[in-house]
This record gives sequence, C-alpha cells and structure tokens, in this order.
Amino acid sequence: MSETIALDLIDENEHVPDSFIKEFWNHFKQNKGAVAGLALIIVFVLIALAAPLLAPYNPTFLQDNALRLPPIWAEGGTWSYPLGTDDVGRDILSRLIHGARISMGIGFAVVILSLTSGLFLGLFAGYYGGKVDRLIMRFIDIVMAFPSILLAITVVSVMGPGISNAIIAVAIVAIPNFTRIVRASVMAERKKQYVMASKTFGASNFRIMVFEILPNCLAPLIVQATLGFSDGILNAAALGFLGLGAQPPTPEWGTMLADARPFIESSPWMVTLPGLCILFSVLGFNLFGDGLRDALDPRLKK
Amino acid sequence: MNVIEVQNLKKHYPVRKPFKALKHVKALDGVSFSVPTKKTLGIVGESGCGKSTLAKTLMRLEVPTDGSVSLSGTDFTNMTGKDFHSAIQMIFQDPYNSINPRKKAWQLIAEPLLINTDLSKDECFKIACETMKKVGLRPELAHRYPHMFSGGQRQRIGIARALVMQPKVMILDEPVSALDVSIQAQVLNLLMKLQDDMDLTYLFISHDLHVVKHISDEILVMYLGKVVEYGARDKVFDDPKHPYTKALVASSPSILKEASDEPAIQGELPSPLNPPSGCAFHKRCPMATERCSKETPELTEKFGRKVACFEV
Repeated sequence: MSETIALDLIDENEHVPDSFIKEFWNHFKQNKGAVAGLALIIVFVLIALAAPLLAPYNPTFLQDNALRLPPIWAEGGTWSYPLGTDDVGRDILSRLIHGARISMGIGFAVVILSLTSGLFLGLFAGYYGGKVDRLIMRFIDIVMAFPSILLAITVVSVMGPGISNAIIAVAIVAIPNFTRIVRASVMAERKKQYVMASKTFGASNFRIMVFEILPNCLAPLIVQATLGFSDGILNAAALGFLGLGAQPPTPEWGTMLADARPFIESSPWMVTLPGLCILFSVLGFNLFGDGLRDALDPRLKK
Repeated sequence: MNVIEVQNLKKHYPVRKPFKALKHVKALDGVSFSVPTKKTLGIVGESGCGKSTLAKTLMRLEVPTDGSVSLSGTDFTNMTGKDFHSAIQMIFQDPYNSINPRKKAWQLIAEPLLINTDLSKDECFKIACETMKKVGLRPELAHRYPHMFSGGQRQRIGIARALVMQPKVMILDEPVSALDVSIQAQVLNLLMKLQDDMDLTYLFISHDLHVVKHISDEILVMYLGKVVEYGARDKVFDDPKHPYTKALVASSPSILKEASDEPAIQGELPSPLNPPSGCAFHKRCPMATERCSKETPELTEKFGRKVACFEV
C-alpha cells in the first residue's frame, strides 16, 4: 500500500513561490503589446498628474496675435507654439496636456462608477436568480431600451450640464454592459461544484459571491472595463459636443475635437491632435486590458 | 455506537406547473440507515434514484421534508456551523469542477479552517501542508494552482480539503468515477488508509458496483428515493434478493466472469413526478404480481438483510 500513496513527483525544477506582484509581472511582461499599453497609460497618467508643470501656457489663455497657427512641422509653425494654436488663439499643446487630466479623469470615474454598480447588480442577479434576477434584469432592459446617447442626454438635461453630471450620465449608460457580463459569468460559475463545495464548509453567500465566484468572472470584466474607459471618454466628448458635458473653455479632448470640426479642412491639426490623444489613450487601455486578462487568468499561464 | 444515524429521511420538491395541480417529486422517501465508526456504507442505484439528494440533505444543503439525521448522537439541525462541519464533510465527483481554479492548493485545502476556525493564516498554511502529506501530495506544491495538477492529484486536494476539519463522517459522492482506472485504485487505497488512520466513517455513493464492493462493509440499494435492499456487503452482492439488486448485479459488466443468466434490467427509470402505484419497481420487475401494483412493500428483515419486496 505504501507505494501507491507515495509522494507524487511532478518535475524536478522546484517551484519557489513568488510574491503575487512578482508572479503577475513575470507573466505580464511576456506580452509585448500589453507592456506598450501600460507604457502609454503611464505616460498619459504622468502627463495628467504633472499638467501644470508641463504646459507652457495657461490652457484657457487667448493669444490675440496667434490664431490658428500651424504646428512646427508644417509651414509657418513656430517653436513658441509647438503644436499650433486653435481658432481663438489658445496653445494646443497646453490644452492637450490639461485635457489629459480631464479625459483620464472622466474615463476613470465612468469606469469606476459603472463597474461597481454593474458588478453588484450582476452578482446579485446571477447568484440569487429568480425574483431578484428578474427585477434587476428588467431594470437593465429598460436602460438598454434607450439609445445610449439619448439616455445620457436625458439624464444630463434632468440634472443640468457639467462634467460631473456628464460622468454620472455616461456611467448609467454603461451599467448594462457590466451587469450582463457579470451575470452571465456568475450564472455559469454558480452551477460548478466548487460553489457547492464551499457551501458544504459553511461559507456565507457573501463569501461565495465575492471570494469564490467573482475572481472567476474577472477576465471578461477587465476587457469590458478597458472598453468602458474608451466609451466613457467618447460619450463624454459627445455630450460636450452637444453642450451638455465639459463646458468651454474647459480643455477636454472630446470638446476640442467638436470645437475644431468647422476647421477640419483649413486647419486639420486642430482635429487630428486631440483625436490622436483619444486614440492612444484608448489603445493603451485596450492593450493593457488584454495583457492583464492573460496574466490574471492562471489557466492561460504556461 | 453509530456515528451517523438517519431516520425516515424525506425530501420532497414541490413542482408547480400552470393549470395543473401541485405535485411533489419524492427525491428521498423514507430513507433510514445507520453506520458504526470506521465502517463504510456503499450507496448504489441508477442516476436519479436520489443518491445525490441524499448527499446534499446530509450536508444541510437541502432542508429535509421529514425525518432526522443524528451525528454521534446529536440531531444535525441543532448543531452549530463549526460542530457540524467538523462532524461531516464531503468529497465531490469531478476534481476539475469541484475546486476553485483561482486558488492555490493550500488556500483550497485551508478554506474550511479559514471559515470555521479563528486560526491565523500561517497556522492554516501549516495544517494544509501537513494534510497534503497525509494524502500523498508534496507540501512543496502548496503554492501551485489547480491547473498544474493531474486529475488524481486534484482529487487528493479535494480529499485533503475534506480532512482538515478532522470530520468523523465523510460523504464520498462518486469520488473516483471521473478518474482513470489506475488512478482510481490509488485513490481508493488512499481513502482506505485514511479510514484506518483517522477513524473515518464513509458513505460511499457510486454506480460502479466493483468499486463499491471493494470498499464497503454494508450496501444500501436505492430505487426512486426508497431503499429496496440494505445489508452486509457479501449478502447483498453475492446473494441479492430484491429483483432490482439482482438486475443491477447482473447488468454490471465484468471482465472475469461470463455474462450472468439473470436478465439485465429492462426499461427506463420511471419519472419521479408520476411514480408507479404500489411498488415503484413493479413495471420493470420480472417477478411482479398484481399485489405489487397495489401495495407498497415495506423494508423487512429477510435472509439476514432488509428487503422491500413481497415476493422474497
């Protein structure tokens, strides 16, 4: 009998347990795109944090003698305004740097608000099922029945225009995405035997939901959070465009994009530069999210 | 003394359908048994006979409709969480499904301790490592995730997890049916060794009669939520009396002996929503008489075991 329960030997290279962060980083750094994404995010976050130090001008200061100056690489550009000026003579570089603050802030706030509320709604709906599920999901259906931008406009019109109200409106619009993703994965996980096993040790419903089921539902949630970040920026920009979000002269990328729209042919840099900022910040979050998902899922580790 | 005593346990699920009268699925309908310390009771029957409901009800995951369960003399509804979880634990069928893929081996094993005791994390880790040794896993593997283990090793994690609370009774719900035959033998031997070392009492649920025969002292045969035959292993398997047990034993394939003369079991398990009148087995029974379709046979002592059949 003794040999049948002999200690199992898997392989000879002893596994020295790493701390969680080291282990996570080892897996994360293998994905080059994700590292690039993280670098982009860090750059944008640093710019946002150090905006007053980096920006050469006050972003709302109007230069009377410098209207729609082109950037330095174009004919007529000067070093005093490296990325040119807009139609009322504000330095675009300074506005973009300060805009990083606002746009990143909007993105984070929207994701945090919609993720936490969507997460708990989805967790309760998926775990308890039955009446709780029906109640929550009918509410979600009602939210989804409205076109997202229309709903956001409605919310902002009720609460009044402004950045914080725009954030709340955009977050409400994004809740259904999170709720449905969490609910679907919770429903799949709930039926697995490990949940029943936890119940046999006396784990509480809260413990099962948060510590057993939730970690297994994180992967799609992380991807959705990165998409929610970009959606948040874009929807907030759309509200700004309609005059319901960031109010001029706030240097918000989406609002800048909208303001520059009439000059798209004569001064294309005014549209292009804020657009590129949105593109790269969104790209950074998407790449980072993908890498995060791979590194957080132990089943994908090699 | 009996570590676990089950009296007339019933679990009925209400089934509501629009425009139809309320019906009940009688998943368990008056099951009684008792197991002394260090013995193994094998519970066999077709899928849908109530084996899993029995396991769930004993683990307090379902509230019994009627009847009582006492563990070492205490009624299990009166036990506190900690007492209950250190009295009875369960091992699950599928080692790929029954352990959380996001937790490291030691976290999985220590989980019952973290929930039910005030031990610190370090102490739990130590106990988990010791338990890993007991089930034949090197404690160095404590920091691995489940996907780094084979099926047999995962099942050992499941066994270790059930052992950390040092329970007296273990419910084994088809603990080896998801494993390779060679691994099955290892895990069965491990279970038998643990039973000796830790004075465990097993309730071994399985549909594999060979495995049940290997490990059990007594056998309980269930059919549609009822016990049809209950007695010592050798009596029930070598000389089955109830026609259902006979058919089960006959239909169990063997590589050692020729197909038996007993006819294999006919037909399907009836719907538990509309069980046949009288003896639930009479429609598939070769010995059925008119009486069987009218009266329900009681479990009575015959030939040194309990049988529920008029014709024996």
